[in-house]
Amino acid sequence: MSSQEHSAAHVHRDDVGARMGMWLFLFTELILFGGMFILYSVYRYKYADAFHLAAKDLNTIVGTFNTAILLTSSLTMALSITAIKRKQKSLSIFFQMLTIVLASGFMVNKYFEWTAKFHHGIYPGSETLLAKPAGEIVFFGLYYVMTGLHGLHVIIGVVLIAFMMRFTATGVIKSDSYVKLESAGLYWHLVDIIWIFLFPLFYLIT
Amino acid sequence: MEQNHNEHSEHTEHNHGYGVYILVWLSLMILTGVTVAVAGINFGGLTIATALVIASIKTYLVLTIFMHLRSETKTFRVFVAVAFLFLVISFILLFSDYSFIVRN
Repeated sequence: MSSQEHSAAHVHRDDVGARMGMWLFLFTELILFGGMFILYSVYRYKYADAFHLAAKDLNTIVGTFNTAILLTSSLTMALSITAIKRKQKSLSIFFQMLTIVLASGFMVNKYFEWTAKFHHGIYPGSETLLAKPAGEIVFFGLYYVMTGLHGLHVIIGVVLIAFMMRFTATGVIKSDSYVKLESAGLYWHLVDIIWIFLFPLFYLIT
Repeated sequence: MEQNHNEHSEHTEHNHGYGVYILVWLSLMILTGVTVAVAGINFGGLTIATALVIASIKTYLVLTIFMHLRSETKTFRVFVAVAFLFLVISFILLFSDYSFIVRN
C-alpha cells in the first residue's frame, strides 16, 4: 500500500536505462552499416581500378561541403542539450531548429547530387551504367545503397528532432528531465559517424 | 531522502560546457580538411589507411565528447567497447576468410 502511494507521488524514471537502451539500438545500426562496409571492402579489393575510375565522377566539393554541414549539425545538437541543462529553453529549441535546418541542407545537396547523376544517366539499372565495366556498376550500386540508407537515417533524424523541439516547447523535456533529447542526440551523432566513414570511402579515392 | 539523493546524482553529472563542444567541432573540421588534402597525395597502399585513421580519430572525438561517453559510467564505456570489439572480430574473420578464398 505504502509503495503504491510512493509510486503515485514519484513517477519512476530510469535515465541511465533509457540511454543504455538507445546505445543497444545503435549497436544494431552499427551491424547494419558494418555489413555494408564489409561488402564495400571486398568489392573495392576486387575492382580496385574500377572504383578509382568511378569515384572520379563524384563531386568532392559537394561531399566535403556536406561533411562540414553534418559535423556542424552534430555540434548544434550537442549544444542544445547543454542549453536545456542550463535551463535555457529557447536557446535549446533554437539549436535544435538549427540542427534540422542543417540536416535539410544536407538532404538538398544530396538531392542535387543525385539528380545530376540521374541526368548523366547514372542510376541503378540504367543503360549508361550497365554499359560500364562490372566494377563501376558495383561502385555505383554501393554508392546509391549506402548513401541512400544514410540519407534515410538523416530524414528519420529530422523527424525525431522535430518531435524533440515540440517536447521541449511543451515542457516534456526540461532542465531536470532531458533523456529523450539525449537519446535523439545519440542517434544523430551515430548518423554523423557513419558519414565520417562514407565520405572518404566514396568521395576521396583518386 | 531518496529523491534528494537522485537530485544530487543528477547535479554531480559532468556538465560539458559550450566551449568544449566548439573546440571539438573545430578539430573535426580541421581533420576533415586534412583528409581532403591528404587524399590528393598518392601514398599508395597507405592512402586508404590514412583516411581510415583520421576517420577513427574523428569517431573517437564524437563518441567521447558529443555522445558523452567520457562522462558516462564505466559500464557504458565497456558496453560500447564490447560492441566495437565484436564488429572488429566480424571484420577480421570475414577478411581472413575472403583472402583465403582469393589465394586458393
